[in-house]
Amino acid sequence: MSKMVMTNKGKIADLRSADEIKAERRKGRTGVYLVVPGMLVLFLFFALPVIVLLSMSLYARPEGAEIGEFVPALEFGNYVTVLSAYWSELVRSFGFALIATVLALLIGYPMAYLVAVRLRQHGLLQGILLVLLIAPFFSSFILRTQAWKQILADEGWVAQTLKLIAVLPADGHLTATPFAVVAGLTYNFLPFMVLPIYANLGRLDTRLLEASGDLYASPVTSFFKVTLPLSAPGVFAGTLLTFIPAAGDYVNAALLGNNRNTTMIGQVIDSRFFKVIDYPGAAALSFVLMLSILILVTLYIRRFGTKELM
Amino acid sequence: MSTNTAETSRKPTVPPRSEGADLELKGITKRFAEFIAVKDLDLTVPSGTFFALLGPSGCGKSTTLRMIAGLDAPSEGEILIGGKNVTSLPSHQREVNTVFQSYALFPHMTVLENVAFGLKRKKDKQAMEKAREGLKMVELDHLANRRPEQLSGGQQQRVALARALVNRPQVLLLDEPLGALDMKLRRQMQFELKAIQTEVGLTFIHVTHDQEEAMTMADVVAVMNEGRIEQMGAPRDLYELPKTAFVANFLGKSNLMRAQVVGQQEGLIEAQTAGCKVLIPVERAVQHEGDIVIGVRPEKLHLHREAPQESTGYNELSGQVIDVSFTGTTTEYLIEVPGIGRIGTFSQNRGQQPAQMGDTVYLSWDSAHSFGLAGDEVVDAGVDQT
Amino acid sequence: MKQKIGRWIIPAIGGLAFVYLLVPIAYIFVFSFNDAGRTNLEWRGFTFENWQNPCGAPAVCESLVNSLQVGVVATIVSTALGTCIAIGLVRYKFRFRKLTDVLIILPLATPEVVLGASLLAQFLNLGWELGYTTIVIAHIVFCMSFVIVTVRARVSSLDPRLEEAAADLYSTPRAAFWKITFPLLVPGIVAAALLSFAMSFDDFIITNFNSGTFQTFPKFIYVAATRGIPAQANVIGSAMFIAALLVVIVGQVMAYRRRKRLAEG
Repeated sequence: MSKMVMTNKGKIADLRSADEIKAERRKGRTGVYLVVPGMLVLFLFFALPVIVLLSMSLYARPEGAEIGEFVPALEFGNYVTVLSAYWSELVRSFGFALIATVLALLIGYPMAYLVAVRLRQHGLLQGILLVLLIAPFFSSFILRTQAWKQILADEGWVAQTLKLIAVLPADGHLTATPFAVVAGLTYNFLPFMVLPIYANLGRLDTRLLEASGDLYASPVTSFFKVTLPLSAPGVFAGTLLTFIPAAGDYVNAALLGNNRNTTMIGQVIDSRFFKVIDYPGAAALSFVLMLSILILVTLYIRRFGTKELM
Repeated sequence: MSTNTAETSRKPTVPPRSEGADLELKGITKRFAEFIAVKDLDLTVPSGTFFALLGPSGCGKSTTLRMIAGLDAPSEGEILIGGKNVTSLPSHQREVNTVFQSYALFPHMTVLENVAFGLKRKKDKQAMEKAREGLKMVELDHLANRRPEQLSGGQQQRVALARALVNRPQVLLLDEPLGALDMKLRRQMQFELKAIQTEVGLTFIHVTHDQEEAMTMADVVAVMNEGRIEQMGAPRDLYELPKTAFVANFLGKSNLMRAQVVGQQEGLIEAQTAGCKVLIPVERAVQHEGDIVIGVRPEKLHLHREAPQESTGYNELSGQVIDVSFTGTTTEYLIEVPGIGRIGTFSQNRGQQPAQMGDTVYLSWDSAHSFGLAGDEVVDAGVDQT
Repeated sequence: MKQKIGRWIIPAIGGLAFVYLLVPIAYIFVFSFNDAGRTNLEWRGFTFENWQNPCGAPAVCESLVNSLQVGVVATIVSTALGTCIAIGLVRYKFRFRKLTDVLIILPLATPEVVLGASLLAQFLNLGWELGYTTIVIAHIVFCMSFVIVTVRARVSSLDPRLEEAAADLYSTPRAAFWKITFPLLVPGIVAAALLSFAMSFDDFIITNFNSGTFQTFPKFIYVAATRGIPAQANVIGSAMFIAALLVVIVGQVMAYRRRKRLAEG
């Protein structure tokens, strides 16, 4: 599909479509200069470290060595050791992350919908809510997590009220429970869920909703048949951006959890590195975590993925 | 366009005729925050009519359509379909379907799923079969499993039409459905739409700003301006006898001249304009005395190089050619008539060139072709509006 | 009636969710006025003192300054490198395109603990001392992927015919880039830079792995959390929030007025 147009210089030029031009990429050294420095950084400080981590996970500790002293080896037993010791923390991390992702979706979708669709005609209010959505990024998340800890503390009014109406048993707690950790994860990663969905719903053509109403769909049906399927790429991106960091997080578990049934894999990796000084064990656990997330994400992309993701 | 031949030689396979329903608007007014889009509109469209709402952008025609569809609620008045008051019914409960200007095809569904959407919502057990039938009717059954984005503009337009038609609504609304198509495809779709309407027999309400489109397709045309219907009738009646300057100018072209009525005899009004005497049949004039506006269509004028012989029943003017433009089939002339202004006319291209720039020429027309408008009309209302 | 409920249920949940999002921020703000002493756990009375003397508690301001420094440097470097990569990848031919894509996406799919741990392994291996430099490098790495993805989306949504039009109007390729393409990329680059700064400033996990004894603001709070966070930290948290609010509001108001002007145009 080429069209002939008259250009400023008076000659007839061959006007190609935007896609045709995009498909044709330039050759040349400029491209190399643009890409190489950044890629070098990524290679030296991401790819190489992951390889170092992999090799470190196979290090062995010689007999009678001092703490923190390891020798290069191919000690696959490290994986067996850490996995048998910490598989429950690993499973729990994924479980918590999954629940938090689902909760964040249930809470975040209505937020995104409210701002992007319902308030489309109300520019100022839409702007205000968008500000409130972005601004928490700039106040320290540890400070906010700590605030939750104090709000939900045993002597706080939330816990007291819940005890008064007998939702919470008299000796029950809100903090130092799995509930608190999942709530913290949900809270902290909520904006990562909302923003991609917001960006997607912002592009929703509301005329399609009029069309579906015209074709006998009630507002609820229109939502499930038109709005939700069309926003799938946003939901997809949001769930990934929530699940991945949540699975590896340990701040919420450390601040809002206990030592019995809330320990997450991130805490274990941290303490293996810094408290126990078991570098190979920590490296092995990190690698297992990375690999399991990659496998889960790949499966997820295969199942629900869309080309609009990246 | 490689599909052209297939598109012109179509033979619609149409499901059995079903009658549409009468549509009645009673005293409909629509106010927005800052302006009134539709003012106290009364309208009855008998069942089975192809009805066109014609007017420039912002005249209220789309708002009227959206109120019939249930997408906007009227501020005042009632909407009745088949005698039943549907004013407060939301759009998904109205037996009305719309072909949207943007088509509004669902991008995440196939063509077939799009067409079946309404039927499924109505829990029609044969939704898929009926949708296939509908696609066959617009000759797109071979593209049933494509996505809308893979279709050309004309094909998308037909999917939108099929999607609305398969539901057999009492009233089918078309919101400038051909606006996005190029001229050639547009003419062809006009023909097809009309053919489909004739065969299905539904009530069609077609909103457009294209007067030619309205006139070629509709049984009845209503010309809308500033939230009101200026005039309504069969296309030929509207064209031949406009009642307002807006209709005279918006629907085709007109030469309008201010004049004073000086007398009346034998069923003809005699009026004076810039020293010339002009006759108008009494029944073709809105106003019979005082200041009036006289109109005549450009194609009704005869152009002469020399003063024509006096003949009864003909009106005459003379002036100087100030612009000549050649369009191929015709040559258009602009003639400055002293005391009246510019008069447009044209002559068929039969090889001759009757006049040139600067020539003094004579114009005459059968007085039966004149029409008379009220004297307070704005002479150029509706000129060059779309 | 059923209709009405259906129509309002989603906005109602959305509204409540905003309250949920803002409760801790309100709490932080209120407790920044607490006459707390060392531990800011319960309300002891109203005071402006914390706001008048935000550096009153030991190490609060030092860690804040450290965090700001790291954030600014990491943002500038990662935005510059990331933008170059984004433009280069969209506009130029390359071999190993698949490989570079993997290298860009993978950090986004890697949890922070693993990023932190692998970098720590690398630094231990190289024998580098942990501190300011290692933190800045770590932050550059995890910000860069976000920058690349954000800016690349912007570059590929640009109409390349604009550059052809510029060339037709006598622009050299260099002029076409700086006069046409770059100005159109600026909003995307600014968004990416803001995102980078926010992530760097707020990062705890990766920093914790690679900072040694170097103190950042999140690290300070995390450590303080076990014995009680001083009210001055609430002052800084609130001030950051308000500053961000002002920046975004100014941007929003400008965008809103521009839209309105265009609409009325």
